[in-house]
Amino acid sequence: MAEASTLNLRGLQGLIDALRGRGYRVMGPTVRNGAIIIDEVLSIDDLPRGVGDEQDAGHYRLTRRDDDALFGFAAPMQSAKPVFFPADELLWHGRRNADEGFSVEAAPTTQPPVALLGVRSCDLAAVGIHDVVLTSRALIDPRYASRREGTFVVATTCADPAGTCFCASMGTGPKPQAGYDIALTELLDGEHRFLAEAGTPTGEELLACLQTSATTADDVTAAQTLVAQAVAGMGRTMRTDDLREVLYEGVESPHWDDVASRCLACQNCTMVCPTCFCTSVEDVSDLAGDVDERHRVWDSCFSQEYSRLHTNFVRASTGSRYRQWITHKLGAWNDQFGMSGCVGCGRCITWCPAAIDITAEVAALRDEQTDRG
Amino acid sequence: MRTITGLLDDSPFFHGLPAPVIAQVAGCAQTARFERGDMLFQAGQPADTFYVIRHGRVAVELHNPSRGTITLDTLHDGEVVGWSWLIPPYRWMFGARAVESTSAVAFDGACLRGKCDTDPALGYALMQRVSQVMYERLQASRVQLLDMYGAPT
Amino acid sequence: MTATAAAQAHADPMLPRPFRVIGSRLDTDDTVTLSLEPLDGDPLEFEAGQFTMLHAFGVGEVPISISGDPTWPGPLVHTIRDVGNVTHALVTAQVGAIVGVRGPYGTGWRVGEARGGDVVLAAGGIGLAPLRPALWEIADRRDDFGRVVLLYGARSPSDVLFAHDLERWAGEFGMDVEITVDYGPPTWDGRVGPVTKLLSRAGFDPPRTTALLCGPEIMMTLSVNALLGRGVPADRLRLSMERNMKCGVGLCGHCQLRELFICVDGPVLDYERLAPLLDVWEL
Repeated sequence: MAEASTLNLRGLQGLIDALRGRGYRVMGPTVRNGAIIIDEVLSIDDLPRGVGDEQDAGHYRLTRRDDDALFGFAAPMQSAKPVFFPADELLWHGRRNADEGFSVEAAPTTQPPVALLGVRSCDLAAVGIHDVVLTSRALIDPRYASRREGTFVVATTCADPAGTCFCASMGTGPKPQAGYDIALTELLDGEHRFLAEAGTPTGEELLACLQTSATTADDVTAAQTLVAQAVAGMGRTMRTDDLREVLYEGVESPHWDDVASRCLACQNCTMVCPTCFCTSVEDVSDLAGDVDERHRVWDSCFSQEYSRLHTNFVRASTGSRYRQWITHKLGAWNDQFGMSGCVGCGRCITWCPAAIDITAEVAALRDEQTDRG
Repeated sequence: MRTITGLLDDSPFFHGLPAPVIAQVAGCAQTARFERGDMLFQAGQPADTFYVIRHGRVAVELHNPSRGTITLDTLHDGEVVGWSWLIPPYRWMFGARAVESTSAVAFDGACLRGKCDTDPALGYALMQRVSQVMYERLQASRVQLLDMYGAPT
Repeated sequence: MTATAAAQAHADPMLPRPFRVIGSRLDTDDTVTLSLEPLDGDPLEFEAGQFTMLHAFGVGEVPISISGDPTWPGPLVHTIRDVGNVTHALVTAQVGAIVGVRGPYGTGWRVGEARGGDVVLAAGGIGLAPLRPALWEIADRRDDFGRVVLLYGARSPSDVLFAHDLERWAGEFGMDVEITVDYGPPTWDGRVGPVTKLLSRAGFDPPRTTALLCGPEIMMTLSVNALLGRGVPADRLRLSMERNMKCGVGLCGHCQLRELFICVDGPVLDYERLAPLLDVWEL
């Protein structure tokens, strides 16, 4: 592990300024409309000082902490996903030519580089998963690839997991292990400060430009204790060694009817999930039909249209759609990409209006199979 | 010149029946030949005779004034044409027409029914085989009914 | 194709290449075969069984199997049935119109692997179109194969596709071609009944046979049962599967059948991989 240095609040502001000075658009957690969302951050005053959160199945509330922590909450409402993978993206712009033909121009892929500030370990793991899904197979998403290139990542350790968190079970947190340029651990006893570890030469080089102080052995221990406490304080757990088998085996289970009686197919879970990547395409034309813009938009396997085949829907029922989502996320994803599709962020549980809990659904399926013997 | 018994032994429908049973059945059978266009039987007629095709092609058809004659099924070598001889009121629901030169073994339905009445074992064996034919034809009809190549509606 | 255009098309798989319609043939009352030529002059090479994403400007895009001869350099050929907005735009496209093409995508029939044995091709309805390239590939090296049997089920005689090719395959190229219809009008002297019936009687040597199936899923599963029943090895059966596709390149997620992306792992899939997935409700 790279040697740590310590930043105080002024140092953290210096980090933001240095990033902005290098042309990065700094995206970090902010409070808006009673939720924490990722938005552009200009100063440490934009961060959610003293804000905590309370999350449970179908429940999300911001709380007032009794300290001034800047990162004292768990998963924000939305992950880093929309930063690199927008909900609506122009793919190309087409124009009809005089000779009945048309010409097509790809949408530009360049844009100002992004610096993520305070990204959670689970969400960082999710970005890593998207890197595999969207850029490491035979055909890639070049716009995503371009946005990821030159991204600067300042991750943060979670000290206060929420009621729906289970990153420890999924091996994706609470401390970021990889994929960051700098990782911060917020320490509040005494001077408000941040243990900063560089994960890349770029991160090292930036830290070297900032006003930092040497990290004490006590602080290293304090940081480790925070992590241990966070692991012990996870809201939920999920056994993972047999997920693929449990889900593949359970394909004809009556359990899906049970979930179907609760699930509204509202698509909230897929919208907030940091690893979901399904999209659709839309052609937007003008009235004269001379212009055709092709957009790529987020889509969800919970929509009936998703599985349309001519005049029929392959997954007509909510039960089969829920089964598709959970089986893909926890099972088939392994076969497709060599890893689980779930990072344990708990958002699907928090934001489900029917309070459906992915960890409970899997446990129910497993119990049913164990009972059957 | 093959004997009837020999022909029956070879046909898939009777294949595997014990020799005495084949002999009994042969007693109700004779060879038949149809040229292209000949009707084996017409819809509505009494189902006196049924056929096992030796070689050729027979169309099972229904005539409809507005649409003409529709072919519902075509039968080929080794296949049984007709089972209404076994089910009351012993009348053909469809017509059967030789599409090409066809040789067949023809069975007297009443003769066979009589032998089945006196010999239940024979009756059971024939019933089993006719049921198998009906099963296959029903499956095939249902698949055709699906109209799976039709335009999606 | 210019180096930049080629690099761009490869780098951005969602960008369509413009092709001009140079021929449009009405096959049946709802099916048309289009011949396309690339505006940049760079021919599209493909394997039998692959598909492209065809784009009708201002309307949308659909996956269509390539139905041309892969051994014959020439226009890009697709046989399209009018079943929705996009296919309607494509079947009504006039000669000279421009359509967008992305691809070719997906897995092919792997006709070469069937060499040295018998081949059974079972086609249901428009399923004959994706098999047509395989038939021409076999015809091109006819002596490499044993008995070649094409069993083709159509709705009615007026829905039979590629009548001219059927004659040549049966005649010049020594294939056993059997056509059957679900509905036989008075003018039809041929077979009536489901294509599965043909499978139980066709002349091929099961242990040496490779079977290629394409048609409605029900027809393919019934055909698989008939072929397995005759002793065709399970690892020599291939089906062409179909699902909703929005990208054709494994990124949109729509075509998934459990862990399989039909656009990348398919559309041609070995029966052994499909077996646990075929009979499950709404999978």
